[in-house]
Amino acid sequence: MEPTRVLSLILFSPTLVALIMAFLPREEKTLLRWTALLGSLVPFGLTVAVWFGFDQGRAGFQYVENYVWYPTLNATYHLGLDGLSLSMVLLTTLLTPIAILASFNVEDVSKAYSVKAYMILFLMLETGMLGVFLSLDLLLFFVFWEIGLVPMFFLINQWGSEKGEREVFGKMIPARQYASYKFMIYTMAGSLGLLLAIQLIGVAANTYDLTKLYQIWPSMADLKVPFGLGVGTIKTMAFWAFAVAFALKVPLWPFHTWLPDAHTEAPTAGSMILAGVLLKLGAYGFLRLVLPLFPIESQTYAPVLAFLAMMAIVFGAWAAYGQTDFKRLVAYSSVNHMGFVVLGIAAAAAALGKGDDAVIALNGAVMQMFNHGLSAAGMFFLVGVIYERTHTRNLEEFGGLFPLVPVYGGILIFTSMASLGLPGLNGFISEFLVVRGSWPILPLYTALSMIGLFFTGAYILKGIKKVLHGPTNEKWIGHLTEINPREILVMAPLMVLILWIGVWPGWLLNTINSAMLMLFK
Amino acid sequence: MQFPVLTIIVMTPMVAAMLILLFPAERKTEIRATALAASVVALGLSLWVYFSYDITGPQYQFIEKYAWLPFLGIDFHVAVDGISAPLVLLTGVVMFTGVLISWGEFNPEQHLSAGIQDRPREFFAFLFLLAGGVFGVFVAQDLFMLFFFYEIAVFPMYLLIAIWGWIKTREYAAMKLTMYLFIGSVISLIGALAIYFSVGLNSFDMIKLTEAIQSGALNGVSVNLFGSQIPFQVFWFPFVFMGFAILGGIFPFHNWSPDGHVAAPTAVSMFHAGVLMKLGAFASLKVGIMLLPEGATYWAPWIMGMALVNVVYGAFIASIQQDFKYVIGFSSVSHMGLVMLGFSTLTSQGLLGAGMQMFSHGVMTALFFAVVGMIYDRTHTRQIPELGGISKVMPFVTVAFIVGGLVSLGMPGLSGFAAEFPIFMGVWRVSPWAAILASISIVITASYIVRIMSSVFFGKLPHYEHHFGDVTILDKVALATLSLVMITIGVYPAVMDRLISSGVEHILRLFGGA
Repeated sequence: MEPTRVLSLILFSPTLVALIMAFLPREEKTLLRWTALLGSLVPFGLTVAVWFGFDQGRAGFQYVENYVWYPTLNATYHLGLDGLSLSMVLLTTLLTPIAILASFNVEDVSKAYSVKAYMILFLMLETGMLGVFLSLDLLLFFVFWEIGLVPMFFLINQWGSEKGEREVFGKMIPARQYASYKFMIYTMAGSLGLLLAIQLIGVAANTYDLTKLYQIWPSMADLKVPFGLGVGTIKTMAFWAFAVAFALKVPLWPFHTWLPDAHTEAPTAGSMILAGVLLKLGAYGFLRLVLPLFPIESQTYAPVLAFLAMMAIVFGAWAAYGQTDFKRLVAYSSVNHMGFVVLGIAAAAAALGKGDDAVIALNGAVMQMFNHGLSAAGMFFLVGVIYERTHTRNLEEFGGLFPLVPVYGGILIFTSMASLGLPGLNGFISEFLVVRGSWPILPLYTALSMIGLFFTGAYILKGIKKVLHGPTNEKWIGHLTEINPREILVMAPLMVLILWIGVWPGWLLNTINSAMLMLFK
Repeated sequence: MQFPVLTIIVMTPMVAAMLILLFPAERKTEIRATALAASVVALGLSLWVYFSYDITGPQYQFIEKYAWLPFLGIDFHVAVDGISAPLVLLTGVVMFTGVLISWGEFNPEQHLSAGIQDRPREFFAFLFLLAGGVFGVFVAQDLFMLFFFYEIAVFPMYLLIAIWGWIKTREYAAMKLTMYLFIGSVISLIGALAIYFSVGLNSFDMIKLTEAIQSGALNGVSVNLFGSQIPFQVFWFPFVFMGFAILGGIFPFHNWSPDGHVAAPTAVSMFHAGVLMKLGAFASLKVGIMLLPEGATYWAPWIMGMALVNVVYGAFIASIQQDFKYVIGFSSVSHMGLVMLGFSTLTSQGLLGAGMQMFSHGVMTALFFAVVGMIYDRTHTRQIPELGGISKVMPFVTVAFIVGGLVSLGMPGLSGFAAEFPIFMGVWRVSPWAAILASISIVITASYIVRIMSSVFFGKLPHYEHHFGDVTILDKVALATLSLVMITIGVYPAVMDRLISSGVEHILRLFGGA
């Protein structure tokens, strides 16, 4: 492989753009918005180029870079791509410009929290997320994992919902602040276990390099932990430390409770990225770290994970159905959809990655990650569109808006159908693959999960009905503007991809498949 | 004869102090400019030493040795190793930024008197005397010289705090701090003299003493205590280590530190927490651990226990403080505990982390105290309930504080994580329970940092007595410098870790290949 730095370019070009933006004047909002948008298209362009240069037939990681970083700890700046990370990087670099375009209507909150700060935070967030997907060193992974938290905290805290209050220690604080603290504390709590487990591995294996750890860790017996516990017990503890940290992020039931608040109170573009990419970090962690490093433990506890996934699917759908807040409905839909991802992962774990079914389940899981990224980002944006105009997210206050905003209505129905898993659109492919792969391995949980699918249909249709159908709510006649060209431009790439993947998924599936075949090496 | 760079680094602030005293008192700008020039020279030279140190070379480099009092075996003997080179750089950075912060701003309509406006001549003279002493301790290779510069570093603190400090507690704090530190140094001196006499080389040269002790000069030497024979190293190690560790803020002798921090003027607090406490930790490493390794091995579990109390208890106390500066003061106690914790592991990772933490925390706490000072100068209050909404008026300062806050709670990607991670690795190897206990402090630290951020910087802007704006350009340069240093090490730890590691390797060799 010819030495190339393209991954570092992809990873750090958002930071570079953010740095340039730091020197631009705060008042020039148009300049700032367009710089951010065009700047974020750079990593996207580079990713597309990498996509075409990627060799699906070759085993292992490509475009590898390995430089000195923290030598005394045996942690290196080690980047690399396989089909899994490539698809996630594509998702991230695609959604960020779209989310930035969606943020063109964001204004200054205060002198410190200006449009400039918003855009810089957004770009830093992108670097954090890309770093997780590209990193092949455990310590580097952890650094990027944590880095993504800080921009997200500020995005929710400062630019989140204006209305609403929640109680904390007897005091009422704005809902967005509550959501930002909850998000940060939950994620950090999970990260603490992750940190300790990473330290354990680093001390025992004397390296943090993932490619080396894949070879030596699963069979390692001398763990140098003077606790007096057996190797199996310690590895199980480490497995759960990893699993909980990632389960929090996915989010897996019952670790999901931070999500409804965070997604609902975040600004529109924040929710798009949260649901579109950040949740995938957790699932990616399962695939990149948990399954390859802990194959035995993953197999042992696969039924537990499958149970939790099933609960996420069913409960997520029921909870979504019961919502009156449109945005919260979409938030719970994320719990519902990500449950399928974990179901597929659990099935593959149970089969130790061997056999066609396991690979099909994995393909479905990763595809679901990509597809949900598209549809969730779309749904959150559409909620934002209607909120912009009506300043409410309460489903009961809408009603019969279709004749008033037919284009918006059409787009909303299209995206909702993708979320629902209508054949012909992307969601169907991934959900079908997960079910097809998991059924032979974990029939009970798969069957129960399919019951969840009923309710997925229910809540999606409820959303559409409450917003678009029925008698038109007098309140909005003459007060509702149609979806504007910028907003259509935000949705267009998502809708094109949703349809394209639904009708011809091969281009994406092949790349994912090449990685899944080699996942359990 | 090579360029005597270390002597120049030590002498620059001292010569500058004398030059400054020659200025007429009204020439404030010239005084400040001279101070700034001297600090730039010192910073530049310390940077040069840092980057010219050869990691593959001998342990001690840039050696200079001049006879001073030969009949007593005292030489002016200086050198740097992998541990002291970053600390010399740290002193240069803190000196530079401290001078910038002390420039301040004087605006009578806004009742704004930031920086040192009253008698800057004397202030900078004493401050630079202190700085010279600090540099001297870090590079000293002669035990007597070390004490000599140590006293030079401590004594000006009394004047600086008592004259320019916070009017409410300055005399009390100055007295308390100086007494504690003097007593600490006396205890260490007793131990050092015991070593001097028992080794019998008639030399205070620490390199020679180390070699002699390694070759067994103290084997079989023991102290008779109430009838039982206690090995020399085991008996005297606590004296030497604890005496200096008091300056490092070890529990239960940390009490001088929060009061001292709060009473001191901003630049002095920056020096105090940023450099002086590292002086104590460094000296306890150099004179205690390196000279008496067997004693260190024996007492290591005790040190670990005390350091753990520092780390966890210090964080708890910090989180209940109402005075912003006291929060930072106790957070220093907590973070210095991490340094001692790293020392106590006597492992390569623990010592590496301790070395990095000394640097990282030094820069971070300098930033914190600078920010506190800037806010206090403008709002005239440090009570957290009375503060709020600072981000709306001082956005630059807010961002700087956020960077410092993230370093404090060990956010990966910043220097705090790069330092704390190896410390925890080292502790984990020695005692997993201690590691788990210590990691509790991370959560507590996170909670008080978030609390300060939300109470002081965010939230509603209360009615402040006077209208004020963001800080001056010099203040911004200082804050930016400190932030950039921490970001650089966090993003690319290799810039420091190999240097410190080389020093650590030499230290561990003294432990018989531990």
